[in-house]
Amino acid sequence: MKLHTLAHSRTGDKGDTSNISIIAYRAEDYPLLCEQLTAERVAEFFAGLREPGAAPVRRYELPNVQALNFVLPGILRGGVTRSLALDAHGKCLGSALLAIELAMPN
Amino acid sequence: MKTLRIGSGAGYSGDRIEPAVELASRGDLDYLVFECLAERTIALAQQVRISDPQGGYDPLLSERMRRVLPFVGRRDDQRRLRVITNMGAANPVSAAIEVRRIADELGLHLNVVAAVGDDVLQVLQPELMLDNGQTLGSLGERLISANAYLGVDAILEALHADADVVITGRVADPSLFLAPQMFEFDWAAHDWQRLGRGTLVGHLLECAGQVSGGYFADPGFKDVDDLARLGFPLAEINADGEAVITKVAGSGGRVSRATCTEQLIYEVHDPAAYLTPDVTADFSHVSFVEEGLDRVRALGADGRARPEQLKVSVGYLDGWIGEGQMSYGGPGAVARAQLARDIVLKRLELMGVNMQEVRAELIGMDSLHGPRSNVEPWEVRLRVAARCEARSDAVRVGNEVETLYTNGPSGGGGASKSVRQVVAVASLLLARSAVNPRIEA
Repeated sequence: MKLHTLAHSRTGDKGDTSNISIIAYRAEDYPLLCEQLTAERVAEFFAGLREPGAAPVRRYELPNVQALNFVLPGILRGGVTRSLALDAHGKCLGSALLAIELAMPN
Repeated sequence: MKTLRIGSGAGYSGDRIEPAVELASRGDLDYLVFECLAERTIALAQQVRISDPQGGYDPLLSERMRRVLPFVGRRDDQRRLRVITNMGAANPVSAAIEVRRIADELGLHLNVVAAVGDDVLQVLQPELMLDNGQTLGSLGERLISANAYLGVDAILEALHADADVVITGRVADPSLFLAPQMFEFDWAAHDWQRLGRGTLVGHLLECAGQVSGGYFADPGFKDVDDLARLGFPLAEINADGEAVITKVAGSGGRVSRATCTEQLIYEVHDPAAYLTPDVTADFSHVSFVEEGLDRVRALGADGRARPEQLKVSVGYLDGWIGEGQMSYGGPGAVARAQLARDIVLKRLELMGVNMQEVRAELIGMDSLHGPRSNVEPWEVRLRVAARCEARSDAVRVGNEVETLYTNGPSGGGGASKSVRQVVAVASLLLARSAVNPRIEA
């Protein structure tokens, strides 16, 4: 199942770093997100976009609001002021992540 | 117990004005805050100020003030509305003079106070190291601006001086909202838990419509009514910093657990350590409870001692970006756009255009997230952008895209080109003792 059906997302930027929230619509789906949406998986999803040698992707858990926060250094390729990207803020990144397929438990 | 009502009148410099007027006229507010400074806005404003010593403040300052000042100040049988804003940008003192002029024009007697001290360009040592690995001195004449993120101090001083309107330059966004809470409830500067709670309120409100249903809708998944009349948010806060986020009844948008959660995490890294000049706020145990339609209570924010140093944002010139675009549609559109891309890149090489970095992509295919889909769209738009040291080189980029009209593949249309100067931003950390926040009445 696509992450899009289970969760919503917003992306923020600070300097060269994006942070992407993934928020479960239903509390009962949150453990599934925690289990499958690892920092490594998110790093792999954005592998082609990040600066080579950038610091690792970090994941923070916010169980009270059934959300994960992913921090992605080096994905804005110079930050909003220098980047050649069309979306220099990286605001569209979270929507892309919602395309990830999750394995559903039986 | 007194309930303080603070509204958010702008989430960025160019934001809508009508929702702020709605809040000022019908929000029953004590404070209306306008947060209008993005990371590099001050550097851009500083460039304006260099050519016009009386300029360098927010371009929408005058229009916003003309619209909301009639509701500001002491009025019979109503709350006294005050305004706090960072629309002073690179020149809070001139901004305050302009606001006084508008108040006079409107026949209003208002106390307008500028809060200054963020401009630290003259006190920085050249050997200071920026986060991008360069020293400040190495920027030479390219250095434009250096502004410390100030906390609540000068705003508090202005409120104690009975200001109706407080105009600042660079102040940490949540501090614009924390200052009136500290002032009204007499919170101590080391009451970390209340400062953490007040910072959460500021963080939730600082992007205005982003917590009240803006930047949220995803049709079929997250629907929001009446975004054309989106209402901006307000918080009802008690003396312990406990708050309900809501908006003016009848306005468009939505305040829900989900909208508040998206904004809670927006531009946050470690939720247990959200650094501001006033406090290290801890949002990691925040939860939201819906108390009615468009009413959400925020619970569980905390705080610890503030950081020792202040963050300074440094703006500097960093060359030019030239860009060109051209559209292709119908059968074979992608192949023609790809051919066009190859031609432009080859031309830039043949002509010896000096580029630091170049990027070529097809809007509709791979411009946002790289190649993700094999489905061929009906239309695509070639975009070529390059960063160059010299303006003359940057100009060539758009020109080469434009020449595709008569020299490139068939059926290209809608060419556009642009050149802009790059104002880059880097940051450094500075001792508090080097900064002197103060008011200039």
